[in-house]
Amino acid sequence: MSKALDVRDLTVAYGQIAAVRGASFTVEPGEIATIIGANGAGKTTILNALCGLRDVRAGTVTLGGEDITHLPPHERVRHGLAQVPEGRRLFGRMSVAENLEIGGYARSDHAAQKHDLDHVLELFPRLRERYRQLAGTLSGGEQQMVAMGRALMAKPRVLLLDEPTMGLAPQIVDLVLDAVRRVNREGVTVLLVEQNAYGALEIADRAFVLESGEITLTGHGLELINHERVRSAYLGHEA
Amino acid sequence: MSFNTVTSSFKVTRRRRAPLAEAARVGLIAGAALVAFALIGAYAAMDKRHVVEDLLTLSQIACGLMVFAAGYATARDGRSGPAAALLHGLVAGAVAGACLALLVWLTVSVNLRATLVAASPALARALSLGAPVASTQALAQLPVLGALLAGLGAAVGLLPPAGRHAMTTGLGVVLVAGLFRDVFASMLDNLPDFTGPEIELFGPSGLNPGAAPVLFAAGAAFSLLRRRLTRRAGVPRSGASRLGSALLVAGVLVLPLVTNDFVAQVAMLVALYMLMGMGLNIELGLAGLVDLGFVAFFAVGAYTVALMCSSGPLAVADVSFWLALPVAIVLAACAGLLFGLPVLRVRGDYLAMATLGLGEIIRVLVLSDALGPYLGGSQGIIEIRHPSLFGLELKSPASLYYLALALAAVVAFVSWRLQHAKIGRAWLAMREDEDVAQALGIDPVASKLLAYTIGAAFAGAAGAVFAALIGSVYPHSFQLLVSINVLAILVIGGLGSLPGVLVGAIVLIGLPELLREFGEFRYLFYGIALVAMMHVRAEGLWPAAHARENVQPENAHA
Repeated sequence: MSKALDVRDLTVAYGQIAAVRGASFTVEPGEIATIIGANGAGKTTILNALCGLRDVRAGTVTLGGEDITHLPPHERVRHGLAQVPEGRRLFGRMSVAENLEIGGYARSDHAAQKHDLDHVLELFPRLRERYRQLAGTLSGGEQQMVAMGRALMAKPRVLLLDEPTMGLAPQIVDLVLDAVRRVNREGVTVLLVEQNAYGALEIADRAFVLESGEITLTGHGLELINHERVRSAYLGHEA
Repeated sequence: MSFNTVTSSFKVTRRRRAPLAEAARVGLIAGAALVAFALIGAYAAMDKRHVVEDLLTLSQIACGLMVFAAGYATARDGRSGPAAALLHGLVAGAVAGACLALLVWLTVSVNLRATLVAASPALARALSLGAPVASTQALAQLPVLGALLAGLGAAVGLLPPAGRHAMTTGLGVVLVAGLFRDVFASMLDNLPDFTGPEIELFGPSGLNPGAAPVLFAAGAAFSLLRRRLTRRAGVPRSGASRLGSALLVAGVLVLPLVTNDFVAQVAMLVALYMLMGMGLNIELGLAGLVDLGFVAFFAVGAYTVALMCSSGPLAVADVSFWLALPVAIVLAACAGLLFGLPVLRVRGDYLAMATLGLGEIIRVLVLSDALGPYLGGSQGIIEIRHPSLFGLELKSPASLYYLALALAAVVAFVSWRLQHAKIGRAWLAMREDEDVAQALGIDPVASKLLAYTIGAAFAGAAGAVFAALIGSVYPHSFQLLVSINVLAILVIGGLGSLPGVLVGAIVLIGLPELLREFGEFRYLFYGIALVAMMHVRAEGLWPAAHARENVQPENAHA
């Protein structure tokens, strides 16, 4: 079975400065994988490169066996890749309903979309209450739910999540991570980028540590939680 | 995107002053406005137009309104009791009047004309209001008059809402009737067996003095009556607004029949600008693409019809307008597509610059020697035939108005459908966040090009009607100013809102045409109106539903 996501020697640069240098990693179908790393390590750059929003300088990106390195962003959605962007970036002046609806923009199967919409509203019952409200008026946690729902409406095989717990209250963080796990259990492969390393590692089948644009450690989530270097650098424990 | 940021982030915070100082400040602002009004020559120009026959001229009314508004504003400040508020109104008015008196005194005692052409003896005479020029009496009456007017304004401002509304409605009725005398007089003219009231109501240029108080009372009574009726019967608002829209539609349909040719021509111009406005609304209002070269598509439509329907020497064909119209629309759409290609990668302010240049290129091309033999250069193309329908030649302004109106209705319907279709959502998403829109599967190239193409097609239709209406086309009809006008219509009406386009076109195109006295000051008032709009109602006169909710868009992305 081919890898859900296979990234080989990925290099992404802003002008002369390489933000990601030869990063390689794979995600197996049905896994939750996570990339952890400090601010500016290049986590968001990797996700944007995977979505096609950043030009790749070198390397290849393969999604389910297909090379998507040079596909434009909107084509990648049709190949089963969806992103929940950093800071949520909802369409604040559209209603929750419209935000979710536009998530399914790339699809043409109306009946299935209706079904998926119901499913998203089951996953996040709160959104049913807020359905007609403008997305910009929601709380941070609710907005994160809309952002995830919007991405799920594209019916992705691989879901990229960029710091979904950023700026949320602790209970809401748990709620969001729990939702990630439930989505994953339904067969969606997840690549999660987090600064909240502990939460991410706890649910991850596979984890990568990114430092200055390079992947320096790979392992199972729980394995890395106990790893000395990870503990000192990202989990705030004494070495 | 950048446009929304500009319009939504502009809010003025006011520092708190002592009430009396605040009144003096308001008075000074009003005074400065009065002086500026006189010094740009507007006072003298508008003094010739009588709004109330032999009693009040347009410039007196304009000045009076400024002072009245100053008093009203002071009273509505709401920080002091009624007596104090009235006093502050008087102070503001006196200060404003004194400014004008100072101007009169300076005009006669110092020769300002070398730099300020309008500071002429004629101005001093006009501002002396019949008293001996610049006499003590003339100078003294200005502050007194100002204080009285502003006091009146303050008094109205202190009334309970019902009374305030009645007063302003009455005043509005008198002003509208006086200003648009021609429209109403011609309507009364056309009423069969009903010639009496026209002579009673209107004189040769404005209202008759006897009619003004009657109209004021009627307006005030109507306002009070409506208030009472809606309160007692509990008439649902939607029912009332539905009746209002029905009346509006009926009015739009019969307008040229009950008025004269001039009004029909103005209405036709409004319809044309509506067509263009709806085109730009697709580009800017929905897809968020600033386009300052919009007039180019209008020109393509007009020249296509000119070349295809003219009996002149430059014509390539002499076919019916109905055949040329779709060709014009298609060619304009192609121009839109070509136009869109080079500017696709440009965003925001740079897009405005790029489109500005492209728009000018079309005009310069038409004027160039290379295309001169085909398009007539600055001589233009003349002798364009009028369209005919069922053997009836559409020649009168009224019939062309209906043509433009029919096209506008079609375009409005298409716009409305597009707005609520999948592509409309895609445009809105692109406008709000291009990156996210792409990541959701929206093809930015296709959706942008589609916006340019459809917007251009609408403008092409407007250009086609324009050529048929005027009967000739010249390059000077397609200047940057047309693009700016269309843009201003959208901003005044409300970006992305279809009714807003109608309101904007009426306010910016219809009213100045009907108020010929504004003539050369037209763009000054555009400017003032735009600046005032940005302060008071940045979302437009009739904003789109999503802009009406006072929500700031998320600007979290870098």
